[in-house]
Amino acid sequence: MNPLDLNTYDGEGFYDELVESPGIPRAGTKLLYELLRCLPEGELGRFQKAAESALYRMGVTFTVYGDALGLEKILPFDVIPRVIGAREWSMIEKGLKQRILALNLFLDDLYSGQKILHDKVVPKELILSAPAYRPQCLGLKVPQGIWCHVTGSDLIRDQTGEFFVLEDNLRCPSGVSYVLENRHVLKRTFAKVFETSRIRSVDDYPNRLLETLEYLAPPGIESPTVVLLTPGVHNSAYFEHSFLAQQMGVELVEGSDLAVLDGQVVMRTTQGLKRVDVIYRRIDDDFLDPGAFRHDSLLGIPGIMEVYRSGRVAFANAPGTGVADDKAVYAYIPKIIDYYLKEEPIIKNVPTWLCSDDRDRKYVLENLSRLVVKTTNESGGYGMLIGPQSSKDEQDSFRERIRKNPRNYIAQNTLSLSRSPVLVQDHLEGRHVDLRPYNLYGKEIYVMPGGLTRVALRKNSLVVNSSQGGGTKDTWVLKD
Amino acid sequence: MLSRVANSIYWMSRTLERAENVARFIDVNLNLMLDTEVLGNNQWEPLVITSGDSTLFEKLYGTATKESVMRFLTFDRNNPNSILSCVWAARENARSIREIISSEMWEQANRFYLLVRDAAATETIFRNPHEFYTDVKMASHLFDGIADATLSHNEPWHFLRMGEMLERADKTSRILDVKYYFLLPTLQGVGSTIDGVQWAALLRSASSFEMYRKRHRRITPERVADFLILDRYFPRSIAFCIARSEESLRSITGTHHNFFSNAAEQRMGQLSASLNYSKIEEIMTSGLHEFLDSIQIRLNQVDDAVYETFFSLPRMNTAAKQTFPGTQHQ
Repeated sequence: MNPLDLNTYDGEGFYDELVESPGIPRAGTKLLYELLRCLPEGELGRFQKAAESALYRMGVTFTVYGDALGLEKILPFDVIPRVIGAREWSMIEKGLKQRILALNLFLDDLYSGQKILHDKVVPKELILSAPAYRPQCLGLKVPQGIWCHVTGSDLIRDQTGEFFVLEDNLRCPSGVSYVLENRHVLKRTFAKVFETSRIRSVDDYPNRLLETLEYLAPPGIESPTVVLLTPGVHNSAYFEHSFLAQQMGVELVEGSDLAVLDGQVVMRTTQGLKRVDVIYRRIDDDFLDPGAFRHDSLLGIPGIMEVYRSGRVAFANAPGTGVADDKAVYAYIPKIIDYYLKEEPIIKNVPTWLCSDDRDRKYVLENLSRLVVKTTNESGGYGMLIGPQSSKDEQDSFRERIRKNPRNYIAQNTLSLSRSPVLVQDHLEGRHVDLRPYNLYGKEIYVMPGGLTRVALRKNSLVVNSSQGGGTKDTWVLKD
Repeated sequence: MLSRVANSIYWMSRTLERAENVARFIDVNLNLMLDTEVLGNNQWEPLVITSGDSTLFEKLYGTATKESVMRFLTFDRNNPNSILSCVWAARENARSIREIISSEMWEQANRFYLLVRDAAATETIFRNPHEFYTDVKMASHLFDGIADATLSHNEPWHFLRMGEMLERADKTSRILDVKYYFLLPTLQGVGSTIDGVQWAALLRSASSFEMYRKRHRRITPERVADFLILDRYFPRSIAFCIARSEESLRSITGTHHNFFSNAAEQRMGQLSASLNYSKIEEIMTSGLHEFLDSIQIRLNQVDDAVYETFFSLPRMNTAAKQTFPGTQHQ
């Protein structure tokens, strides 16, 4: 008897990524559905175990901040992939390209003429009060006019199945290494499906990333030296930094490996000092240059911003991009797209209330128990209130915090995120998921066909962040 | 390659080699105990001396017993040279250079650490020690083999091999020195059963028993010393290890043989010459212990010189105080 009785698996009122209704797979998931249905008893559990031990052995791990032991864990992984059809994907791809193009124009404008502020499309105070706004970047001429080279937008689906952008990430978001490693593991596990399904490949990403970075090199350099700058082995995303450096075949450097000499950035090697042309930096703006940003930082490379300014080294991403993924600025993105491109957003925003706006704030304070409140400059699922799942005390505490500092908070409706099945012991249960595709902006904009499907492994939880008990799934985008 | 990375790969391989050698010492001692009940517990003290950490041991444990020595040398995190500490340090170094080494090497460093960590948690080794120490030796050999077969034999590999070979030379010199020191007082019993067993154990702890037999057959103290110090072909002899280290060093710098362009090459060349142009008779006449002592001092000097030449970061005072001027003011 097959323990995976798929006929009893039910969306329970949510949009389910696998089935339309019990027993009826969605158009793109038929093959996967059949495979799951026909697996011998216990096989899926064995797949799951094999995949986990492979990830553990490969050291695909992350560190959780605030965990006293500072131990590393493998990112929880569910073996059942999430499938996205070709037509849906084509819409996502167009929508993301549109959004990134507009965000880049927005950044370029903010740090030069600030026309959009003068035209009062986005309130000036909102930008100037954003913690990630960097007046140090005013007047910068960035290589090729590109600010946000490496981005990732968080998408969600509501109960009708429509995609929305929940958040933009313009500060070199992490997670792409999990996409590549998850796929690597699943190819071994579901070899048969890969042979017959038309699943688009994600393996090209490191190569594309390297091309994007080389494109930024100062003019006249035949074969530029690209490095990846990491805060070091104790950073929670260190695995990814090291993985990407390895996949691209570039040096992984720490701040102490770099120095500024005679107006150039150099790295210290066993054969002496070597010039560096492009830096894919995975450290915050604050820690780039103690002279320019945080004067108390011990991590940065003194003088590096001068070299950047003179065009003799390139950064990806440019400093100052964080202002455009501020959660309060997010609410203006449809207007920003309209302002620069004269287009309607292809992927919509989730309706958002800004607590800095008097009317919005009044509404938010009156409806705290129904809304999701987010701190504007936090990420990783920290600093959130999920109204329907919160206690009276938590609501009161947020009410107080919003009143004290309204600029720091936004609110959104509690969304019915779509669900995807995960293996729980010997049966399937639906869990909420989101999707983070990864994008590169070099010669052209590239949207990786796939991305990280994050899944809230706790039953009924809506928080998918890895730091909050979330896991991941492989994401299969089908060819036409 | 980056100086920091070269340093990490060098120490990764040194600490793994160190862990393997500690396992060898203990394993041989355990075997020896099975053959010679007469020696009792004083058989364990030389092990601590070999490791060079007697002071720390006395502070932590006091007297040397089978269990205290095994614990100290195998699982004690307070002992920086215990197998667990070494393998942990190697894995941390491996983690920091994952983009340089092959993924197979990383997986093996990771697996090696998990093997020792899990053993430390269960403590079953006190019931079945031989299996564990064999596993440690094999894990180290596997790592070496994987490195050899999956890492390009260019600069990182040469740093790896230099670290491994310098560490092995040091350990071979130590084990010979200590065993010799403890065996000499009993030399009136040359040819007696215990003596033969002891010398065979010494050879075994360097995995050299069979190879020695092929080369010299009869076991005599002088020939054992000759084999472990000067043999040109045995991969754990000091001369062999130094020759390979020097090869790697010169591959890194590109300097021609017989010349030197930095402190590392000078020190290594001096050490290499003193081994290449020595005879065991002379060494024995002027004192084996004195000779081995000088080898260990020179090995330390080579290590210091390697650090100075390749790893130490030149200090640079640059535009630390400049601020970043904005061109536009709000």
